Amino acid sequence: MSFLAPVAEMLGRAPRRPERYTEAAEIAHGRKRGKGMGATRLLEEIARTAHRHTWRWRRWLVLLSVNGLFTLSYWLDIQVLEGSMTASRLLGFHLADPYSSLLVSLAERRLPVNLIIGAVTISLFWGLVGGRAYCSWVCPYHFVAEFAERLHLWLARRGIVRDHLLHRGVRTLLWAGFAILAFVTGRTLFLTLNPIGILSRAIIYGPSLALLWVAVLLAFEVVYSRRAWCRYVCPVGLTYGLLGMKAPLRVTYDLVRCAHEGECRKVCEVPHVLEMTIKGRSPDVKMDVGPDCTRCGMCIDVCPTESLQFELKGLGGLL
Amino acid sequence: MAARASRRRRRPGRRLSRRQEQRRRILRAAALTVVLWALQPLAALASLRRGARKRLRPPGALEERAFLAACIKCGQCVQVCPVQAPRLADLSDGLGSGSPYLDPRMQACDFSCDALSCILACPTEALSHGVQTKEQVRAGFARLARPDACLARQGKGFRGRARGARFAGRLRYAEIDRWHAIPVRDHPYDRETCDLCVLQCPIGSSALRLVPLDVSGAGGRPRFTPEVRTGCVGCGVCEMICPVEPAAIVVDPRARPKSAYSGDEEGGS
Repeated sequence: MSFLAPVAEMLGRAPRRPERYTEAAEIAHGRKRGKGMGATRLLEEIARTAHRHTWRWRRWLVLLSVNGLFTLSYWLDIQVLEGSMTASRLLGFHLADPYSSLLVSLAERRLPVNLIIGAVTISLFWGLVGGRAYCSWVCPYHFVAEFAERLHLWLARRGIVRDHLLHRGVRTLLWAGFAILAFVTGRTLFLTLNPIGILSRAIIYGPSLALLWVAVLLAFEVVYSRRAWCRYVCPVGLTYGLLGMKAPLRVTYDLVRCAHEGECRKVCEVPHVLEMTIKGRSPDVKMDVGPDCTRCGMCIDVCPTESLQFELKGLGGLL
Repeated sequence: MAARASRRRRRPGRRLSRRQEQRRRILRAAALTVVLWALQPLAALASLRRGARKRLRPPGALEERAFLAACIKCGQCVQVCPVQAPRLADLSDGLGSGSPYLDPRMQACDFSCDALSCILACPTEALSHGVQTKEQVRAGFARLARPDACLARQGKGFRGRARGARFAGRLRYAEIDRWHAIPVRDHPYDRETCDLCVLQCPIGSSALRLVPLDVSGAGGRPRFTPEVRTGCVGCGVCEMICPVEPAAIVVDPRARPKSAYSGDEEGGS
């Protein structure tokens, strides 16, 4: 149950109140009644962490390096990382995006050896490094969407736009839908629409008209629904989420320290994974953030009480 | 704070119940699904466009339908090609968007790599590993589309740069550098009878040769005609190098000679 619930939440189920609490959690929740950090002190801490972007800078550095390596491999012909986000070779060794590979195999109705090698390698890598860490640490669309998100929030603060939430189950539906469509029609519609592929190819091989589609998606996110593609559509992200269900690299939550002020949920791309930070919701004093988490570290940066931390399971002491 | 207040002012008394909000989320999700699905027929329609349907694909490409199914749109074929002959199709190609094609007039495949690197690089075998030598490639078939424009057929020679001083296309000239292609503009020609297509054909006389016609050219000069033979692989070098504008000889993507293949295919599969 404790393992399946976060997966069900990733697939679209709304988070629920826990049915049972551990004894330690009961005590921790009990102690918080009427007590806490003190409002003034908390406000000070919030002000202190509001502009802390340690993890964001680290993340952007990695993201830009990886995408830059693709581009340099082509422009300078240094042949380190050839190809693009959907499939590539690292020093000659095949790598492939698992979901794109699945679609191609379904459409083609066979399993090319190099594609299996590539997809398995990538699956193992992200299975260890942390599933959707792909999204925030590598994906070029995530990067541009972060700026669209800022614009959206800026406009929303002024009451010009409003965020419209969608049922998150739609992503699961589309995941299966694109796969079925590929199998039935023999055409990979998703690979045509995939803004990750479009952007990655544009960065490496030069701009294309297809960037207009990316612009449409970003505009939709700015005016209508915050981070819509990443939250409600992207089957690539969901695939990495499923692959990283047991990933040792996690964000962990400390109930005792938490002030429940909710700064983390405001910045999170997938706030449903941080449901336990709501007062009275954490079933245990120490919790792992669910598999839909992109390990972007924004909650860690913004947390005024250091209740959220990166942890490498089994190797915690090293980090 | 101010924003929240203004929103409340704009929408007086419009607080949705949990159920209503939930229903709206589902409706929005359904609408999004419908819109995304609707793009499938739209994209399929765009792929039917004449230009998109008749693309010259890189060596070893599977039959068009299977090729589009298999291509993962990674562009590795572009990366490994020494002359960067493959280009990636744009959104106007619909479902073919992001897949590689050749525009032979701009840059043909001259087999500079010898090893068919694009086929080796392709992770999905959309470019089939079944093709191992350039002679086995069947990308298309050359055709003398404008015989009257052909210089050889007029009994004329050719001197100078084949495609002008600004042409960016490259070609491997074995007599200059066996390993590296150089720009066509750096290699002027001086031919008594124009035979550039035959001269540069990477396959040789089993694909293209010059056949004498008569001696009715200007000043009694002999006239010749290029003859496309069954060994033609459709690489497009003849189309790229043809000095008249537009090219007298072109490659028809995926075309094969009409009654060609019973026994006369040289080097066969």
